[in-house]
Amino acid sequence: MTDLAVRPMALRRPDLSATRLRRRYAAERRFRFYGILAVAVAAGMLGLLLGSILYKGYSAFYRTEIALPVNFDPAVIDPAGTRDPAVIAAADYAKIARDSLNARFPDVSSRADRRALSQLLAAGTDLRLRAIAMKNPAIIGTTATVELAASDDVDMLMKGRISRAVGEADRTLTDKQLAWMDELEADGLVAYSLNTTFFTAGDSREPEEAGVLGAFIGSILTMLVTLALAFPLAVATAVYLEEFAPKNRWTDLIEVNINNLAAVPSIVFGLLGLAIFLGFFGLPRSAPVVGGLVLALMTLPTIIIATRASLKAVPPSIREAAYGVGASSLQVVTHHVVPLALPGILTGTIIGMARALGETAPLLMIGMVAFIVDVPKGFTDAATVLPVQVYLWADSPERGFVEKTSGAIIVLLVTLILMNGIAVFLRRRFERRW
Amino acid sequence: MPNVTFLVATLLLATVAFVIGRRRAVEVGGPRRRDLHSLPSYYGLYVALWCGIPALAVGALWMMFEPGIVDSLVLDALPAGMVPADPHQVSFLQTAIRRLANAAVIPSDADPALIAAAAHYNSLQQTASLALAAVLLAVGIVGLVWARSHISPAMRARNRVEKLIMIALFVCSCLSVLTTIAIVLSLIFESIRFFQAVPITDFLFGLEWSPQTAMRADQVGSSGAFGAVPLFLGTALITAISIVVAVPIGLFVAIYLADYASPRARAVVKPLLEILAGIPTVVFGFFAALTVAPFLRGLGGSIGLDVASESALAAGVVMGIMIVPFVSSLSDDVMNAVPQSLRDGSAALGATKSETIRQVVVPAALPGIVGGVLLAVSRAIGETMIVVMAAGLAANLTVNPLEAVTTVTVQIATLLVGDQEFDSPKTLAAFALGLLLFCVTLVLNLVALHVVRKYREKYD
Amino acid sequence: MAAIETLVPPAKVAAAGAGSPVTVEARDVNVYYGEKQALKQVDLDVRRHEVTALIGPSGCGKSTFLRCINRMNDVIEGCRVTGRISLDGEDIYDSDLDVVALRARVGMVFQKPNPFPKSVYDNVAYGPRIHGMAANRGELDEIVANSLERAGLLKEVRDRLNDPGTGLSGGQQQRLCIARAIAVNPEVILMDEPCSALDPIATARIEELIDEIRANYTIVIVTHSMQQAARVSQRTAFFHLGELVEAGDTPEIFTSPRDRRTHGYITGRFG
Ligand SMILES: Nc1ncnc2c1ncn2[C@@H]1O[C@H](COP(=O)(O)OP(=O)(O)OP(=O)(O)O)[C@@H](O)[C@H]1O
Ligand SMILES: [Mg+2]
Repeated sequence: MTDLAVRPMALRRPDLSATRLRRRYAAERRFRFYGILAVAVAAGMLGLLLGSILYKGYSAFYRTEIALPVNFDPAVIDPAGTRDPAVIAAADYAKIARDSLNARFPDVSSRADRRALSQLLAAGTDLRLRAIAMKNPAIIGTTATVELAASDDVDMLMKGRISRAVGEADRTLTDKQLAWMDELEADGLVAYSLNTTFFTAGDSREPEEAGVLGAFIGSILTMLVTLALAFPLAVATAVYLEEFAPKNRWTDLIEVNINNLAAVPSIVFGLLGLAIFLGFFGLPRSAPVVGGLVLALMTLPTIIIATRASLKAVPPSIREAAYGVGASSLQVVTHHVVPLALPGILTGTIIGMARALGETAPLLMIGMVAFIVDVPKGFTDAATVLPVQVYLWADSPERGFVEKTSGAIIVLLVTLILMNGIAVFLRRRFERRW
Repeated sequence: MPNVTFLVATLLLATVAFVIGRRRAVEVGGPRRRDLHSLPSYYGLYVALWCGIPALAVGALWMMFEPGIVDSLVLDALPAGMVPADPHQVSFLQTAIRRLANAAVIPSDADPALIAAAAHYNSLQQTASLALAAVLLAVGIVGLVWARSHISPAMRARNRVEKLIMIALFVCSCLSVLTTIAIVLSLIFESIRFFQAVPITDFLFGLEWSPQTAMRADQVGSSGAFGAVPLFLGTALITAISIVVAVPIGLFVAIYLADYASPRARAVVKPLLEILAGIPTVVFGFFAALTVAPFLRGLGGSIGLDVASESALAAGVVMGIMIVPFVSSLSDDVMNAVPQSLRDGSAALGATKSETIRQVVVPAALPGIVGGVLLAVSRAIGETMIVVMAAGLAANLTVNPLEAVTTVTVQIATLLVGDQEFDSPKTLAAFALGLLLFCVTLVLNLVALHVVRKYREKYD
Repeated sequence: MAAIETLVPPAKVAAAGAGSPVTVEARDVNVYYGEKQALKQVDLDVRRHEVTALIGPSGCGKSTFLRCINRMNDVIEGCRVTGRISLDGEDIYDSDLDVVALRARVGMVFQKPNPFPKSVYDNVAYGPRIHGMAANRGELDEIVANSLERAGLLKEVRDRLNDPGTGLSGGQQQRLCIARAIAVNPEVILMDEPCSALDPIATARIEELIDEIRANYTIVIVTHSMQQAARVSQRTAFFHLGELVEAGDTPEIFTSPRDRRTHGYITGRFG
């Protein structure tokens, strides 16, 4: 091709024959089809993901309960008849629960069988009975029908998550336990109701006693710290860089830095938190304050970039008009530019916070994976957050935790959707086209 | 929440300072306030800043160091022998003490030593709070009085306030650089300690990775246990799978959206992608581990292939799906930057849409797309949760996507979760891996950002 | 299936007169951008091997009309064309008609040079490749060489064939775009203000070029320069506010326009 010679040549016309055109259009259709296919794959995977989680998780929100006549036997609860709360609180309610089951199945006599029978009820049954007795001491000495949560294995069975078809050795419930449940069900004693434990409890080793409240509060505390730190810092940085910064090496460096930080793997921020906040400053492990700090550093670049974009979108004419009436540059920015850019800034902030809310890896590094039963009360209490709770439960071998994991994911996703919904609303409501 | 109380108190103090400053300005300004250089509220703000900022700074420093100091004081006061050697246990002990200290009712079965410690903790905490209150008040009032004494009509309060605010803004903007420095320093220091125990060449070129066995004292630093090549290979394998999935899908999604989709289709597909982009990675990890991996295993089994239950394929495919919105939005951006005039030019020559896209738009956008793909690679390399949940821990030296491999991020996470001995090579190895991860992604990001920026300048 | 014809040497068509057959025939053409009507009832004949100039004030619909002829308006959302435009007697808005084939027959050169970010060679070879005009590399070379030569560019770029087309000067880029258009050997070439981004010398080159290549093509050119219209065109059409005010032989339009508005425009009194 180095040397093109011009020779007289035949005049060539485009080949517009039907065959060739048909081939080209076939290629066109194929290409378009690939586009649709790609969209379909992405949408299909999303559907599959959400569908599988909904399918696995919807049952976390209700639970199986067994209605049993419970004899609040004064001999067990309060033999002296003092009705002293301390005495009532210390009684052996597990025995009361066992007794009521035994009363329902009088033929079960062997020790092993009785133990198996008592395993039909949730591990926290005694606590529930105690709560009833504490709240209403008058019930002591009477027999009341109480709807008691079933154990996770029974729960799984009744929700159809455990197959009866497999051999006894391959399932967690014995044939006898199945038969008892069948009997209870035939008597109409099995019912389903809202799983309040799931929304009001912290973590637990027993699936039926585990709830998301602890993680949810942990998430809120962590997000509060993140928001309190990231928002002002990010807005200040963005305003400085966009409105005041001179163009020099240092500001270039800051810019490159911010763009790069936005792409640093989140786990590296976890290492930073571990080495600096825990190792160097000695802040407490597993605390929302540390989690919030780490996530704030991680979210900063996102909010800065969004804020800068919406500051940039404010037309220069507004600045000029404000300067024209003698405002100082700071007044121009605080009175005019920032308020006009605020919807965009808030949208960016919410999106950044939503990202932080879903973040897991850096929090593993700073010990927010500990098994924590209590609902955290302050920023320095040991806590975990929703996504970490998901990770912890996903790791648990019990069958019952699969549905709990999916349930927690649903709670997490609903929270995220709400946050993004607010962002979209803000954008729609306040968006200005210049 | 004492911290919040202090914050509110400081803000209140600053408000008082504002009022005092303002009033003073009105006083010195005389009846017409003509002589005042700035509006009175700027004088108020000036005093408030001088009162609030030092107090806040002192408070922040205090809060940073107080828990550590109180904790160690409490530990020191514990009877000898109660403090375990293992730092992990120590932190449990501290939690227990803190819990006792906050408990409304002290359980009857609690260890009396712990109860004493909790009481000690509470009293220390109280002292600390009082001391902090005193210090904050002192600092705030000194600032207030000092600033107030400066107020005179000629003082350019507005300029001073703006100067102060400008400095504050500048300091904020330097924070990002500080973050990077902190990352680099923390990684480097721990890594150096690691490389003192394990030669760097063994780490970079060793073929065997088994940090758990190296926990035994006689094996610490023994060569072979910390050979990271299997991790690199595993990371590369999973990244490659995810890129192979994400780039074609993402690119075609972008093309479809930009050039083929009707406005209605766009209005449906775009939010779908945003949802996909907003799903937390831990959810993808769960999906990979519980849905995709068993499915692939079953599929492989049905055609006679042995697929590991933690196969690289499952993690890679799901990670690819996760990155699709990232790739598609980046390529959408860069393809939109290709001027319409080029598409028109091609169409006017009788090219079909697909010919235009394949032969003009994509080649023109290629640098930008490559930049986007590099960013995607960097994300895939640094992605943690999917691989932690769906890829294995076994450091197999293989490129077979059906087998289990482990990655750099998985190892960082597993090495650091639970155990917190800062000087065992096992923990330090995580920092060395982190340093490596940081460097690799840094280079990728810088190159990608540079390429994309150069590309944008071309069409701006 | 390349049809074999031979190029007519420029000298032979010096005087294409009023007798040449009509290539493009527009009748009752209305164009709407959404609600807004951009062209009203336009009737215009474009004759073979002639240069037809479209003139008129900004926004009067010249580009719109031009883009109707190769259906480039199809890509604009909300644009609607009614009426009849035919190319050699064939209705180009017929639903059976293939747009791709039409655009291969009606080429276009744009106001701003828009070479592809490819090498000079690949820019010119783009059309021939798409349309399967060359069976082998030799033939492709031949087409590229001839097109560059006819666009008067070959000498300047002979040793820069592999350099990106975007690296040429503005005038060279525009000639590259012309070479790119004529490489496909269209019957009609549409030019939308091809010289507006160029200096006078580059403009003169393009005008010469237009005059040379009209021997083999039918050319419609939009221009804002009366002098240019007078220099290069045989026929001129004057548009005003979406209407075709008058069309006729160029000398006639410029010396004795029938319409007041035309007179006003060419004498610079309004527009
Ligand atoms: N894509 C479009 N959408 C809506 N209206 C358009 C569009 N393109 C052109 N118009 C309108 O159609 C009318 C004719 O535009 P056209 O571009 O044809 O004018 P023109 O004669 O080529 O002007 P100029 O000499 O400035 O290029 C104008 O009023 C213009 O605003
Ligand atoms: Mg025009």
